[in-house]
Parts: sequence; C-alpha cells; structure tokens
Amino acid sequence: MHLRVVAAVLITVTVGFSSACASTAPVSPNPSAPSGTITVFAASSLSAAFNAIGADFQRIHPGTVVKFSFAGSSTLEAQIQQGAIGDVFASADQPNMLKLVGAALTMEAPIVFAHNDLEIVVGKGNPKHIASLADLARPGLVVVLCAPAVPCGRYAGQALQNGGVRVKPASQEVDVKAVLSKVALGEADAGIVYVTDVKAAGAGVEGVAIPPALNVVADYPIALLKDSQNRALARAFIGYVLGDGRQILVRYGFTGP
Amino acid sequence: MILASAGAAFFIIPLLGLLLRAPWASAWHQLAAPEVLMALRLSLLASFSATAVALILGVPLAWIFARLTFPGRSVVRALTVLPMVLPPVVGGVALLLAFGRQGLIGGWLATTVGIHLPFTTAGAIMAETFVAMPFLVITVEAGLRSMDTRFEDAARTLGAGRWTVLWRVTLPLVRPSLVAGAVLCWARALGEFGATITFAGNFPGSTQTMPLAVYLALESNPDAAIVLSLVLLAVSLAVLIGLRDRWLGAS
Repeated sequence: MHLRVVAAVLITVTVGFSSACASTAPVSPNPSAPSGTITVFAASSLSAAFNAIGADFQRIHPGTVVKFSFAGSSTLEAQIQQGAIGDVFASADQPNMLKLVGAALTMEAPIVFAHNDLEIVVGKGNPKHIASLADLARPGLVVVLCAPAVPCGRYAGQALQNGGVRVKPASQEVDVKAVLSKVALGEADAGIVYVTDVKAAGAGVEGVAIPPALNVVADYPIALLKDSQNRALARAFIGYVLGDGRQILVRYGFTGP
Repeated sequence: MILASAGAAFFIIPLLGLLLRAPWASAWHQLAAPEVLMALRLSLLASFSATAVALILGVPLAWIFARLTFPGRSVVRALTVLPMVLPPVVGGVALLLAFGRQGLIGGWLATTVGIHLPFTTAGAIMAETFVAMPFLVITVEAGLRSMDTRFEDAARTLGAGRWTVLWRVTLPLVRPSLVAGAVLCWARALGEFGATITFAGNFPGSTQTMPLAVYLALESNPDAAIVLSLVLLAVSLAVLIGLRDRWLGAS
C-alpha cells in the first residue's frame, strides 16, 4: 500500500520534471536565435530602465523570457553567494560585483555599462526649502539614507564627506526605493537617491541637484554568472544592454559608460 | 513514516545548519561588537515595553471579550486578532498611514502635541505591540472563559468590591494564562521585523532591533548575522521549553 503511494508520487514528480525541462527549451523557428528563459539580478535603481530593456529584448527575440529580481545590490550579492541561481548580475557599484568575482561566481570579467549620479530627493514643492547638502544637517530635519552596505548608502556617505556635512539619518533603508518611498509618503523630509530614481518617481517628489564637484559617480557593472543555465541568452541580453539598450538607459537618466 | 521523517527533517536541518555553520571561535567577540550589543539592548527594551503595554491594554480587552456581550463584539474581536494573521509589513504600512506624519492621528500628534512616532524607539515599541498583543489577548481570553466564575460570585457575596474581586480572585486564577500570554507576546515582539522596519525604520541604537540587525548583517558581516540568529534561536528554544506543557502535551 505504502509502496504504491510512493511509486505514484515518484512517477508524478518525474513526469512533472521532464515536462518542465521540455518547456524551458522551446523549438524556435530559427535554431540559432537565442531562446529560453533567464533571470537577471539587478540593483533596484535599474528597475524602470531594465523593465523597458527586458520588454524590448523580448519583443526582438520572440519566445524568450527575461525575469528580473530587483533589490539592493548588497542583498543580491549575499543571495548569489548563498546559492541563488541566476544568469546575469547588474550591480550599482563595483565592490559588490568584485565580491562575486573574488568568490569565482562570475563567468567573464564584469563590464561597466552605465553611470549614475546622486541627487537629493525632497517632497513635492520642497516644503523644507532644501537647497544643498549642507541643508541636510539642519536640526529637526528628518533625513533617510540607504544603509552603508548598500551602494547608494556608500555613495551618499562619500558625497556628504566631500561636502563636509555630518548628517544623522532617521533611518537606514535596505534599498534606494525604500528611501524614495519614505520621502514620497511624506514621512521623511529628504533623502539621497540616484538621479534616475527622482526621474522615475514622477510628480510625487522633487530633486535637488548636488554640485558635480561634491557628487559621486556610481559605476554599474554587469556580468554573466557562473551558475547560468542559459549562457547564450544571457550573453545576448548583456550584449543588448551594452548595445541598443544604451539609448533606453539614457532615456531613464543614466549616463553612458 | 517517510513523509513524517521528511517533515521533521524540514525543521531540524535548518536549525542544525545554523548550529554547525556558526563561527563558535569568534562568537564571543562578535557578541561584544557595539552594533550587536546595541541591537540586543534595544530588542530587550522594546520587547519588554511592548509586553508591558500589551498587558495593560490587552487584559481588559480580553476580559471584555470573555465576559461581556455587546453589539459588534465579534467584529471588534476579529479586528483585534487581525494583526496575528496580517503580514507584518502590511501592519507596518497601516501604522504608517495612521500614525505617520501625514497619518490619520499622527499628523495631529505631530502638529499639536509635537510627538513624532516613526523613526523612534517608541515607534518600534508600537510596531511590536501591534503584532504581538493579539497573542496575549487570545490566551488570556481563553483562560478567563475556562475559569470557574463561581469563585468570583462567592467573593462578591462575601462583600468584596469589583476591583478586589479582580485583583484577589480573577487574576490569580488565570495566572497561568497570563504568564503564557505574556511570554508568547514577548517572544513575538522580540522577533518582529516587517512592521518595525516599515514604521520605525532602521537606525542602530534607536530602532535597529535584533531581527533588523541580522537582516543587514547578512550583507556586510555574515558571521555577526549567524551569531545574532543563534541568540534569537536560544531565546525561542527557552520559550518553547518553558511552555512545553501548555503547548506540546497535557500536564
């Protein structure tokens, strides 16, 4: 009786697996065209731009599927170290990418595909009249930053140091979108995020520029991951990001490599 | 038999993983790091405060649910128990929309009384109370329902006033439920993450409780994360062992 149940479960599982395996490699009309599915781990600041790039890429290569996992680069790096299976990693800074390179988790050398600048984000109408980094140190102002381990937190720390400003944030958020939403919700008066985030947030918030002399340029490297199950498609995607995808990145506020 | 072993393994293997991968050699050193000590201190302060608030507000609530009937009682009871099943981060968002600067009550609090709740230790305590209090209310209510009310009647016939009956008869009789409820509430408050990080934010020393510290340490210092996790595991085990008669079998 037990044997029958176990046998039934095993058969179901085997059939399930083989049909799943079959479905990830569809027969495409052109055998040399990229096909299948890839998972891209990307910094949360890339979410709007990469969603657009993914949609375009899937349009140009019908039958392919690009899935994204957006989070703080340090969160993604920790997940990949612990065994998360993915095909591509696009980080918001070099240190997180280099940790993976050092752990031999990337296939080829990472390539920097975009740059980003920091910007102060404030509520609509800038009610607290913030005009510079120095204003962030004003007593009574509620400022949120990214946690120091997250790229935008590291960059923000550098920018504040460049400006000689000491800020005690009310909270250290786990990714840049969390900082943005606290300001957008009106819970925080200001935060330091990327130029692309302020652009993507639309009408709910405003940006206050940081002078180039004090600002920090963020380098975004991209790399193929060693555990990729579909290297051909992953390489095609990376090639697209470095090629035609550049126009999309620029449209969202990134600067070219 | 196979399925049962798989089920048991599902629980045992992760805990074994935690114990075996722990950096035992540097454990004390990690525990002594300032961020870790701050998180420990803050977690203890916040969880005990949350339990205290839960006791003060929750016991009367439990009494009302157990002893009184009034229109809408089931709705109110369902709402007070809701945080138990609500995803904690949703609780955090709800707290933000109610007690945040632009919130229903929070806006008024900020402008008239000058009290700010988000990003403060008080906010962290509120978040923990919100998610943990239902455990206390449920447990104490069950105790009150199952106790023999004739003792209260007897005390009243002997001339005891309402408060005397409450203090000297009712509460001592439900003491096991009170203790179990308080411990459950404290353990839940200690482990709260989603509501705390959403409503109170995350800052070392004021709002970075142990679960938040673990989450952030995973990205920068995994050894510290494992050590903190072990501390929380030890606490949870102590709770389970202390309450085993209540939960795991008849006494």
